[in-house]
Amino acid sequence: MTTTPTLLLDGVTPGATLPELAHPVTATTVVLGALAARDWRPMHHDKDFAVNRNGTRDIFLNTPNLAAWFERYVTDWTGPHGRLQRMTFRMLGSIFPGDTMVFRGTVTDTGVDETGCGWAALEVTVSVDGDTKTACTAKVALPRAADDNPWARRGDRWRP
Amino acid sequence: MSAIGIDDIEGLLGVEQYEEEGEFPVERGYIWTTCSSVENGNPLFWDDAVADELTGGPVAPPTMVSVWFRPHHWAPGRTTAALPLQVHFDLKEGLGLPEAVMSDNSIVFHEPVRPGDRLTTRQILRSVSEEKTTRLGTGRFWVIDVEYRNQQRELVAVESYTGFGYRRAAARAEAGR
Repeated sequence: MTTTPTLLLDGVTPGATLPELAHPVTATTVVLGALAARDWRPMHHDKDFAVNRNGTRDIFLNTPNLAAWFERYVTDWTGPHGRLQRMTFRMLGSIFPGDTMVFRGTVTDTGVDETGCGWAALEVTVSVDGDTKTACTAKVALPRAADDNPWARRGDRWRP
Repeated sequence: MSAIGIDDIEGLLGVEQYEEEGEFPVERGYIWTTCSSVENGNPLFWDDAVADELTGGPVAPPTMVSVWFRPHHWAPGRTTAALPLQVHFDLKEGLGLPEAVMSDNSIVFHEPVRPGDRLTTRQILRSVSEEKTTRLGTGRFWVIDVEYRNQQRELVAVESYTGFGYRRAAARAEAGR
């Protein structure tokens, strides 16, 4: 079996946008995400604690699970050949049950590093009602040809 | 854990502290639960044939790296819960800064993490700023790296946290409590 790359570096230009992803957040989204990330802190499952101790309006998504959401958003676009190199997050606000969170992304730069690895730099945000809740910059390695595979890079050939 | 003062900081910069092994090996149940929680259908995590072809066998989503270090909620014989990012709490205590927030968090991904891996972490203080006043209060910014390695001592990821430890301005402290 040969898996064909979904996206090649050649097909990506700065300024291009990623398809938008909207997801309705429920209490289950928050609790499932917190437990998947082994985050047992009560503000991610106990509304009474979140409201009365944290002063928030409800339980809210935890940061490690948001990182998993960003990863999913980026690799939905790249396909399985896309290999994350780095991500930076800036937390601006919380996401609660009842919110519809919307992921948007833009390609800010592309290039080939000194080892021959192709990459794209992205700005990705998750927002609710137009307010950005977390901003993320990401760099993801992309294949340069159908027979190129960033995951095959190891040691000195991988410089994220 | 030891209390540190401002005079001790220079000696801690770049020093590897708190080497720790995760409480359990990397396992696929959490990988699938995490993918399920964010509806991540990447075949690398669901289709072994694709994982064999592209990654030489199953791998974990790279952003899961910190998941493998969150301690069990309870474990036999343990009386206090371990604190992740102990250097952050050392700085708060040592510098007398009771409040703290994390602002930026970055992760650089190196070798893939695979089911069965036993990962270790080390915390490294990279910088501490002069005293600064922000809208939260007066305190210091610091940057802490967390290095993750596998059982072959290969680097799998480096996380960098920027924290701001501070004392609230007096009026705000009264209003806030």
